[in-house]
Amino acid sequence: MNREVIVSSGKIARDLSDAEVKEIEHELTLYPDKKAVGLEALKIVQRHNGWVSDESMLAVSKYLDIALSELEGVATFFNLIYRRPVGKNVILFCDSVSCWIMGCEKIRKEINSHLGIDYGETTEDGEYTLIPVPCLGDCDKAPVMLVGEKMHRNLTVDSIKSLSSSRETQNKSGE
Amino acid sequence: MTGSNERPLTKNIDLTRGALDVVGYERAGGYLGARKIATGMDSSSMLGMVKDSGLKGRGGAGFPTGLKWSFVPQGPDSEAQKYLVVNADEMEPGTFKDRMLMEGDPHLLIEGMIIAAFAIQASKAFIFLRGEYFESERCLSKAIVEAREKGYLGENIFGSDFSFDIVMHTSAGRYICGEETALLNALEGKRANPRAKPPFPQVSGLWGKPTIVNNVETICNLPGIMANGIDWYQSIGSGGDFGTKLFGLSGRVKNPGCWELPLGVTIREVIEEYGGGMQDGYSLKAFLPGGGSTDFLTPEHLDTELTYDAIGKLGSRLATGTMILLDDKTCPVGMIGNLMKFFSHESCGFCTPCRDGLPWVDSIFEEFERGGGTHKDLAILHDHVDYMGPGKTFCALAPGATAPLGSGLKLFEDEFEAHIKNRACPYKH
Amino acid sequence: MAKVTIDGVVYELNPENNLLQECLSQGLDVPYFCWHPCMGSVGACRQCAVKQYRDENDTQGTIVMACMTPVSDGAILSVDDQQTKAFRAGVIESLMTSHPHDCPVCEEGGECHLQDMTQMSGHNYRRHDKKKVTHRNQDLGPFIGHEMNRCITCYRCVRYYDDYAGGTDLSAQASHHHTYFGRFEEGTLENEFSGNLVEVCPTGVFTDKTFSENYTRKWDLQVAPSVCVGCSVGCNITPGERYGTLRRVVNRYNDEINGYFICDRGRFGAHYVNSESRVRGARDASGLSIPVDDARVRLDAVIDEGNVIGIGSPRASNEANYALRSRVGVENFYSGHSDDEHEALEIIVNALRDESFHCPSIREIENADAVLVLGIDVTNAASRVALAVRQSVRNLSKDLAQESKIPVWQDSAVRELAQDKLSPLAIFSVGSTRLDDVATFKVNLAPDGLLKAAVRLDSVLSGQSADDGLVENELPIESLNHISEALLNAKNPLIICGTSAGVEMLRIATNMGRSLGAQRGAAVNLALLPTESNSVGHALMVREGNTLGKAFERIERESIKTAIILENDLYRRAPSANIVAAFELLENRVVVDHVETNTTKAATLLLPSTAFSEQEATSVNYEGRAQLSFQVNDCGTSAKTAWRWLFDEKSHSPEGVIKKCSEDMSDFAKLVHCLPKAGSLVAGMKVPRQSHRYSGRTAMSAQANVHEGKQAVDEDSVMSFSMEGVYPQKDASVLASPWAPSWTSNQSISKFQSEINGALKQGQSGVHLLSRSGKGSKYEIGALETVTQGLQVVPAQHIFGSEELSGHALPIQERMTDAYAAISPKTASTIGVQAGDFVRFRDSEICVEVCVRVLVPNDVVLVYAGNRAAGVHFNLRDIERVEILERVETAPAMPVSRSLGLGQLLVNDLYEERG
Ligand SMILES: Cc1cc2nc3c(=O)[nH]c(=O)nc-3n(C[C@H](O)[C@H](O)[C@H](O)COP(=O)(O)O)c2cc1C
Ligand code: SF4
Ligand code: FES
Repeated sequence: MNREVIVSSGKIARDLSDAEVKEIEHELTLYPDKKAVGLEALKIVQRHNGWVSDESMLAVSKYLDIALSELEGVATFFNLIYRRPVGKNVILFCDSVSCWIMGCEKIRKEINSHLGIDYGETTEDGEYTLIPVPCLGDCDKAPVMLVGEKMHRNLTVDSIKSLSSSRETQNKSGE
Repeated sequence: MTGSNERPLTKNIDLTRGALDVVGYERAGGYLGARKIATGMDSSSMLGMVKDSGLKGRGGAGFPTGLKWSFVPQGPDSEAQKYLVVNADEMEPGTFKDRMLMEGDPHLLIEGMIIAAFAIQASKAFIFLRGEYFESERCLSKAIVEAREKGYLGENIFGSDFSFDIVMHTSAGRYICGEETALLNALEGKRANPRAKPPFPQVSGLWGKPTIVNNVETICNLPGIMANGIDWYQSIGSGGDFGTKLFGLSGRVKNPGCWELPLGVTIREVIEEYGGGMQDGYSLKAFLPGGGSTDFLTPEHLDTELTYDAIGKLGSRLATGTMILLDDKTCPVGMIGNLMKFFSHESCGFCTPCRDGLPWVDSIFEEFERGGGTHKDLAILHDHVDYMGPGKTFCALAPGATAPLGSGLKLFEDEFEAHIKNRACPYKH
Repeated sequence: MAKVTIDGVVYELNPENNLLQECLSQGLDVPYFCWHPCMGSVGACRQCAVKQYRDENDTQGTIVMACMTPVSDGAILSVDDQQTKAFRAGVIESLMTSHPHDCPVCEEGGECHLQDMTQMSGHNYRRHDKKKVTHRNQDLGPFIGHEMNRCITCYRCVRYYDDYAGGTDLSAQASHHHTYFGRFEEGTLENEFSGNLVEVCPTGVFTDKTFSENYTRKWDLQVAPSVCVGCSVGCNITPGERYGTLRRVVNRYNDEINGYFICDRGRFGAHYVNSESRVRGARDASGLSIPVDDARVRLDAVIDEGNVIGIGSPRASNEANYALRSRVGVENFYSGHSDDEHEALEIIVNALRDESFHCPSIREIENADAVLVLGIDVTNAASRVALAVRQSVRNLSKDLAQESKIPVWQDSAVRELAQDKLSPLAIFSVGSTRLDDVATFKVNLAPDGLLKAAVRLDSVLSGQSADDGLVENELPIESLNHISEALLNAKNPLIICGTSAGVEMLRIATNMGRSLGAQRGAAVNLALLPTESNSVGHALMVREGNTLGKAFERIERESIKTAIILENDLYRRAPSANIVAAFELLENRVVVDHVETNTTKAATLLLPSTAFSEQEATSVNYEGRAQLSFQVNDCGTSAKTAWRWLFDEKSHSPEGVIKKCSEDMSDFAKLVHCLPKAGSLVAGMKVPRQSHRYSGRTAMSAQANVHEGKQAVDEDSVMSFSMEGVYPQKDASVLASPWAPSWTSNQSISKFQSEINGALKQGQSGVHLLSRSGKGSKYEIGALETVTQGLQVVPAQHIFGSEELSGHALPIQERMTDAYAAISPKTASTIGVQAGDFVRFRDSEICVEVCVRVLVPNDVVLVYAGNRAAGVHFNLRDIERVEILERVETAPAMPVSRSLGLGQLLVNDLYEERG
């Protein structure tokens, strides 16, 4: 039964897209119960929308009949579920020990100055959000970061400069 | 040390090309081990073989794999549904070995999983992959499809009466998910707090069913053992540990990287021969032998053999075998502080000493870096090494944090003192 | 039993339990947070550390968590070990790093488990000088306050609220030291047992909002052991008073009844005693107030004139009912129940006397391993029973755990092992119930169908082969076979029914009990639940045939001049027209009550009586268990305890009346055993209602009089209105508020238990009045008609609103809704109405809002009549036979004091499906 959840803010579930429903349905075939798919569904919703809004939470809660507060407990536990809007590309910046030894702090400062963002912030054009991430498992190529789904290794000050300039040219060509 | 030329885990890995597909893998001798299922080997002899091989888990604790499997209740009265879970959540700071296996030779892992699943009679397996490993996901998913098309996964694999399939699960990020019981909660879509042990997952694991959790590298050892036999396996390694292991180096070495070497290779060999020694202008001050949760060792230990026992005797752990090198130009207090920030943030928040102790420890390190550290703070740090020790916290995350903290406090006492005395970090110019 | 050495002393401990529980049972002080006697262990807080040694030669030992360590024979342990002590202090130090240290302004101060444990662990110097983590609080509705900064992250709240009480809107969120306990967003906590959070939380995160608004420290409350009047369960409670107002109610441990938990109706409904609608003085026919002495004279005069009948009440005490009965004569004493409830009570009382049945206590209900609920929504009728049923479905998981050698106290492991496997719970109901989420079988039918299905189940239970096929409205016979098998195969099956299911269903329920008993060859657990606090006690006093209907007939037939109506609003008992007709014939309508009702409005002589917390009284719960409730405070007005109006008060005391009840009425012979045992007082000293630290006694009334007034004297009771005296050592009935050295919080109860979760050391309070003899036979069930025309009217019960007294409590009113008529979507379209429209019951003036819900069967209208204390209300009895709804264009003017709307109607109250 798809039970409507009523919340005091009056927000209501958005409609899940056909693509989202299809992917969620697929996940449902892989796990023995719906609850296990809750987190998967949040990831699916995030893949399609960039982040997980309250309306999306309500939609997943309703679709899978998982209590809203429980789902929120799960969503807020994990690092990679974004409950606030993020930029088009999330920069997962490794600041764990090997990258730290190899000077990731300097790179972070470079991001600060070239992209104008620090941890938790999004560039004004909505292109990048910077988030720290635990060790990305590429320590022999430290410092590293993940931009979207792409690893950037052996980072230098120049790699950040080229990242920000490629954005500038993109933006220009987009105009 | 014998068998030093065998590279069963990485023989197919060539980083200059993509991973072998199923055809290439088979051409290179792959799936021979798993085919034993079709050629009449029963599950208990397969389990027995793994037990006799002496394979120890490569996820960190070094627990004998066959022994762990033997705790899964078998027989007609046992729970029919059993699960195999591969722990591919690699997130231990300084650890980068499982990624190489998954991206370099995914069919090796799949073959290993088939062997493990058959031995414990699990019809279903999950690969619990950390969410940031997009490339690994692509490689593995492709390989799973290939294996399924070949009939190596699915109903009646290899034409036997054993059915087995793999679900690829990507995590949503959290170091604690690597802890095997927290991992199970995460797989069930719950908050990834660890579970109490006992009951162990072997008896009541995923959805309350008997479950085996093994590390990627552990599983990748299995095809070799099955195909080449115990004698071959035991001809590799020394000091009571058999087979090869992935060893890694990160930090200021000339040639950081990850290599498959027989257990028992000395630390010096890895650092000097494979890593090419320290970068010019840097010298080795200390190192963590097996990832961020191990105790510091120093250059005086360089001639120690890398075995579970030998490293254990030094008061540290072999753990993941990926060494993090601290050089003389990097602040040890800063390094430990970095680890503490990691552990503090990655604490699941379930038990008190870890949840509330680590942030305190972290804030003290921040204070040291700012130049405000005091002797009182040092005393507090020592207390927390005690409070977060093994058995005092709910899981092994916090004790892991105390390894570099406790050993670092001892080893770098002077450095801490210098921070207090100078009211600043001496490494910051 | 296992022999365990703790700090050199050998103890015999129960190997089924964990070490913490056993240490506490032995009276040892081991600090803890996350463990709870009802919820087992999870090992989160790490506070309960003790040292365990391998053998005599082991001098090092290892620190283990007592709550996660099974008791094993030969174990050697230490609680006092220095290293362990240091660790325990360290744990407190850690979990206090972000605590705000706001004890002076915290509602928990002085009864705070965190304060106790901090003291006990010896952590008393703060070293943490870094930034604290702070949180935003949520508005959680009228009952519960939220102050997250005080949280010590023990996870008890969510384990209680979600795992134990079945709540779905509170969760642990975020992680590491940002872990947060709250709702998805602000809003009322939905669960009916949310109030227990106040007591479950070891610090001041979840607080009693009603108490906070009118706050007094625990030691400044005047308290007495009391019994809740919210329903027929009779949970033990401790109300606390200061300056003449009831400030709060907390749970009072009783191992057989409420244990550690009560429902929100009980906790917050008791505030009715502070309500505006209390009757504060005597009044005459013209509504003018009259002095008490005059009132007394008038009462005596009308009684002396003769031709008097009395109408008793199921919400009045035994003593009040008895006094009226004695005064008017048993032949003139009539039931205060409605006629159908009266009939229902006869069935219930007969079942309580019958050897074929056993009426289980709440604790016993928790132990049932197959439950059948017939025709009632337990949560809304007798909530505490529902919480017990919710525990019963977990018995299967405990069995599974035992098979897998997992100790049952390993809470999360047991849940994980069992997944969603539940002991069978079958619910027959019209519409949804609040236990549906744990029901393994659900039969949802209109009343006529439900009765038929129940009759069929009875024949299946009695072994009569039922032919295959559909029973009623597509209910397959296999379902009934399943339910029947579950009940027959269970170790401890239980059937629950209640007066709100209707007389016919009660008969069928007892028949089923007999069928089941015959098959199993043993007495069957049968819990038949009346709705009011003293329904059974009242029913036991009414002579056969003296129904309320008969009283009206007699008023009509004979020249009855006077009716004395005891604490009862007859407009809840009979159609208004009948009452009006009878009232017109009466010369004197004497009403004794403590709250204003439609009946008090019609009184020619109104006499104010005291509320439950202002009197010492007994009542009889659904099990036939009589319990004594003490007076907490003086009512401060001219109101008298009801029996005092009727008896010569000088020559009676509460004890005296109780004794007379015992002597006069054979069913009440054992009532005297409710009284504190003779000799239970230490050196003849009374039991103080005030704590040793009660403050401001000399100043409390200084604004009125600079002389310190004399302490009120309670001549009648074993309790005194003072702080002098001695707590009794031998009698639990006088234990109001536990306290022990080092233990100021409610957790101190462990010091008074024979063992954790066991009986109180001082003995058990309450006594079963009735004894069983003989076995009755099955009721004849007449031909059951299928209703083919119109809508079947089914009253809807609401935990907040259906009960009369709690309806006067302001916090409860905030959770109440207006009256409504709930119908299915199909019915709605047939009638041509939508949710939010107003409908009129044909032939009546009554108009109510429509609410459309999917789980209401077609052709049924579930009617909630509202509560007269707030919002739209009407006499449900007036529409019993009205079958048709008509849409009205505009909402009619109703006697609305304040409109509540249907906002508080939780979606899952009746289930709603949209989109
Ligand atoms: C905090 C924590 C994190 C862990 N992370 C990992 C991990 O990322 N990968 C892994 O294989 N084992 C990890 N482990 C170890 C696992 O709990 C478990 O011991 C291991 O997966 C067992 O595999 P093995 O027997 O093959 O070594 C972690 C343990 C802890 C306490
Ligand atoms: S040590 Fe405790 S808080 Fe830390 S990760 Fe483990 S269970 Fe969670
Ligand atoms: S009470 Fe034992 S760990 Fe909390």
